[in-house]
Amino acid sequence: MDAANDSPLLWAIREQLQMTGTKFGCGAGLCGACTVHVNGEAVRSCQTMVGDVAGKKITTIEGLSAKGDHPLQKAWVAEQVPQCGYCQSGQIMQAASLLAKNPNPTKEEVTAHMDGNLCRCMTYSRIQKAILRAASEMRTASAGNERRAT
Amino acid sequence: MNKHVNNVTPEATDLSRRSFLVGTAATGLVLGYAGVGGIGEAVAAPSSFDPSVWYSITPDGLVTVTCGKADMGQHIASTMAQIVAEELGAKWSDMRVQLASNDPKFNDPVLGAQITGGSWSTMMNFDAMSRAGAAGRMALTEAAASAMGVPAGELVVRDSMISHPKSKKSMSFAEIVKSGKATKTFTADELKAIKLKTPDQYTMIGVSVPQLDIPSKTNGTAKYGMDVMLPGMAYGAIVTPPVRFGATVKSVDDGEAKKVPGFIKAVTLDDKTQTTSGWVVAVANTYAAAKKAAGALKISYDGGPNAKLSSESLLDEAKRLQKLDDSGQYFVKDGDPNAAFGTAAKTVEAEYTTSINIHAPMEPMNATAEFKGDILHIYSGNQFATRSGAIAAGAAGIDPKFVVMHQHWLGGGFGRRLDADMMVPAVQAAKAVGKPVKVIYSRENDMTMDFSRPLTYQKIKAGVDGDGKVVALSHDVVSAWPTARWGIPDFLSPSVDKKGPLDSFTVNGSDFFYTVPNHYVRAIKNEMAHNATPSGQLRSVAPGWTFWAVESMIDEIAAATGKDPAQLRISMLDGAGKNDGGAQRLRNTLLAAMGLAGYGTKKLPKGEGMGVACVSSQERATASWTACVAHVAVAPSGAVTVKKLTVATDVGTQVHPDNIRAQVEGAALWGLSLAMYEKATLKDGGIEQRNFDSYTPLRMSQVPEVAVAVIANGEKATGVGEPAVTVVAPAIGNAIFNASGARVRSLPITAEAVKANMKA
Repeated sequence: MDAANDSPLLWAIREQLQMTGTKFGCGAGLCGACTVHVNGEAVRSCQTMVGDVAGKKITTIEGLSAKGDHPLQKAWVAEQVPQCGYCQSGQIMQAASLLAKNPNPTKEEVTAHMDGNLCRCMTYSRIQKAILRAASEMRTASAGNERRAT
Repeated sequence: MNKHVNNVTPEATDLSRRSFLVGTAATGLVLGYAGVGGIGEAVAAPSSFDPSVWYSITPDGLVTVTCGKADMGQHIASTMAQIVAEELGAKWSDMRVQLASNDPKFNDPVLGAQITGGSWSTMMNFDAMSRAGAAGRMALTEAAASAMGVPAGELVVRDSMISHPKSKKSMSFAEIVKSGKATKTFTADELKAIKLKTPDQYTMIGVSVPQLDIPSKTNGTAKYGMDVMLPGMAYGAIVTPPVRFGATVKSVDDGEAKKVPGFIKAVTLDDKTQTTSGWVVAVANTYAAAKKAAGALKISYDGGPNAKLSSESLLDEAKRLQKLDDSGQYFVKDGDPNAAFGTAAKTVEAEYTTSINIHAPMEPMNATAEFKGDILHIYSGNQFATRSGAIAAGAAGIDPKFVVMHQHWLGGGFGRRLDADMMVPAVQAAKAVGKPVKVIYSRENDMTMDFSRPLTYQKIKAGVDGDGKVVALSHDVVSAWPTARWGIPDFLSPSVDKKGPLDSFTVNGSDFFYTVPNHYVRAIKNEMAHNATPSGQLRSVAPGWTFWAVESMIDEIAAATGKDPAQLRISMLDGAGKNDGGAQRLRNTLLAAMGLAGYGTKKLPKGEGMGVACVSSQERATASWTACVAHVAVAPSGAVTVKKLTVATDVGTQVHPDNIRAQVEGAALWGLSLAMYEKATLKDGGIEQRNFDSYTPLRMSQVPEVAVAVIANGEKATGVGEPAVTVVAPAIGNAIFNASGARVRSLPITAEAVKANMKA
C-alpha cells in the first residue's frame, strides 16, 4: 500500500484501497465509526497510523465474512437495526471483537463494550438485541459443530 | 399546513411534460408523473428509458422505484416502494429502489420541490405513489387480458403475477413487459378517478417488510456522499474561522503547506451566496495530505461584527426584544389575553429557554464537485436538492439548470442536510484546480459551522378564572429565524396582525389544540442570533422548543391550581370549535400513554415521579398525536435518572409498523438527548464545542427503557420521524417536579439547576 507511515490507516483503507465500508466520523477516537480489526482487536482506524500496522492483519467490514453473512450481519438484518447506517460498520466490527472473546455476554457487558460507538439515529436497543441474538446463534452453531465432531 | 413552497424553480413548471406516463418500451415499462403540482394529461411513454419517472419495470420483472425524498435512515425509499407495491400488486422481493437526481420531474407532488423534512414524506406522497402503482396494475392487467383473451375484470393480480382463475391461465409482470403490450395511458381525470384500495384490502401496507436498504448497511456497500470516488479526483480539507459567521480572510500564507507532499492549492472562497464566510480550502491529492496542509496554512482574519458575541449576549438580546410591546408578529391572536389577565383570579408566569444544539450526524458534511462540459455534477447526500443545486450554481457562477445533483444515502440528516454550505467549497475548489474535488469537513468543522437549532427564549403568562379554568395565555417566542435565511418567500407565513411574513418554523406547536379563549403567540426574530448563529431546522424544529414551554406551563398551572396535570390537559382538550377532532385524538393518545405507563396507579418510592406531556407536532395541519409519560428518579444532589419513557402516538395509518417503532424510539431518545445531554455555547462569536468529547449525544449506557404504543385508527398516515422528539423534554421536566418539587425551565436540564430549584 502506498501511503505515508504517519497518515491514518482510515484514509489509506478508504482512498488507496477504495474500501469505503469503514467510515470517518470524528477523527479523534470518540465515535467508533472507523472501527476495524488489527490482528483481531477492534481499533479506531482514525487513530492508528499506517506505520503502526505494517505486517499486521487488518480486517474491515468488507472482510468480516465472505458474503456479508457473519452471524452479526445476519442478526443486524433480522433485527432491522440500521437507520441511516453510517455508524453500523463500526458497530458491527466493535461487536465482533466482543463475541470473539466472550461468546455469552450479558446485556451489561454488551453495553460496556459498545459505549464508545455513537449512533446518532439512536438504534442502541436494536444493536443490543442483535448482538445478543448473534451470540446465541453462534453458541448454537458451535454446539452443533461439537456434536458433529464427537 | 403552512403554505408550502410551490415551484421553486421556474423550469419545474414545464407543462408540456406535465403528465403521467404509462406504457411499455423495449427496455421496460415506465411510469411516473413527469410534472409538478399535480397530475396532468397523459402522453405516450418514451421509447427508451426515461429517468423522469417514479418507477420502471424491466423485462426481468424487477420494479425499481425512484425515490425523490432524501433517505437519511427513515427508510423512505423503501416506504415509497411499499406504497407502490401495494397497488401494483408486485411481490416485495421484486422491488428495488434508487435515489432521484434533482430533475424537477422528481419534485414532491404536494410541495413542488425536492425537499425532505417536516415528517411530511409519507403523508404527502401516499396518494401519488398509490395512484402510480394502481395505474401500472391496470395497464398490465389490460395487456394480460388481451394476451389471454379473457375479460380484464376476471383477472387477479398478486405477487407480480396476473392470473385468470377460471381458465387457470397466468402471466408474470416480466412476461407482460417483455410482450410490449402494456400501452394504456391515463388522463388526469382517469387517474383521479382510480378507486384505490380500502384499508381492509391492504396486503402490503401495514406489513413490516424487510427494508430494502438494510442489507447494504450491514456489509459496507451502501454508498454515502463520503464514499464517492471519481477518476482523477482531489481532496479538500476546509479551514474555518474562529467566528461562526461574519469573518473575512485577510491573508493566507501557504509557505508551510507547500512543503506537504501532494498539496495542490489553497482556495479562499468567494461566496456570493453568503452561505459561508471566511473559509479556505486546502486541496491535495489525498485527504490526509489535505488535512495536513490545512493545518499548515497561516490565515489571518477580520473577525467581523459577531466576533464578540456569546450565548449570554444572544439571550440578553432576546429578553430585551421580548419586553418591547411592538416586537415581532402575531402567529395566533384569539380574543384578548391582556384584558383577560386583568379579570383572572390567578396568573402564572414563566420563562423557558433552550440552548444552541448541533445536528452532528455521524457522516460529517461533504460534497464532491465535478465540471464536465457545461454541466456541474454534485455528488452528495442532501435533503433539499432544489435549493442546494441553486447554491452550487451560485458558487460556480452558472445557471442552476446546468447543475446535476447525484443523490446518495445520507449518513444522518436530522435537518442538517437541508443546507448547502458544503457545495460552496467543493465547487470553488474544483473550479480552481481544474479537477473533481471531494471536500470533507472535519468533525470540528462540522460542529463549529453547524446550522444549529437556535438558542430560544420564551415567556408565557397564563390567566385562570375562579373555577380554575385557563381563560388566557400569552406566549412570546424569541429566536433566530432558520427558514427566513433560505430566502424563499413561500416558506414564510403571513402574520395575523399583517405586519409582514413570519417564520412559522419558529412557533409551530404553540397553536395547540387546548381550548383557551384568549390566546396569543408572538414570533419575535432575534436578529443578533440570526446573524451570529445562522440557524437551521433540527429534527422536530419549532415544536422542539414551543412544547417545552407550553407543556411545562400546563403543569405549572396545574400545580398553582391544585389539579392533576394529566386531568387538566384532558379538560382543556375538549374539542371545542377549531380544535374539534384533533383535541379528541390527542386526549385519547394521552390516555393511552397514561394507561401503558400505569400513571397514577401506584405509589412511587420517595424521589421518583412521573410526568406527562402531549403534543400535536409538527404543524397544526400535519399533526401526529403524541403523548409521553416519563418516569424519573431524582437524587438529593439533583442528579436525574430517567427510568422509563412511555410514548403513545396516533399515526392514523401504519405503512410499516416496525419502522414506525424504530422512528418513534429514535425520536424519543433524541428528545432525551436534547433534554439532558446536548448543549452548545457561543463564545467570542464561535461555537465552543468541537467534537464528541464536549458535545455529547446520548450513548448506549444512557438509554432508559422505552415503551412505544402506536395507535392506527384508519385516519390518513401522519409523520413519525420527529413528533416524539418534542414530547420528551417537558415530560421529563414535569416528572422532575413531581419527584422533587424542582421546576426546571432551561434545556438541557442539569443537576445543578434541579438542586437549586428544590424546595429546602
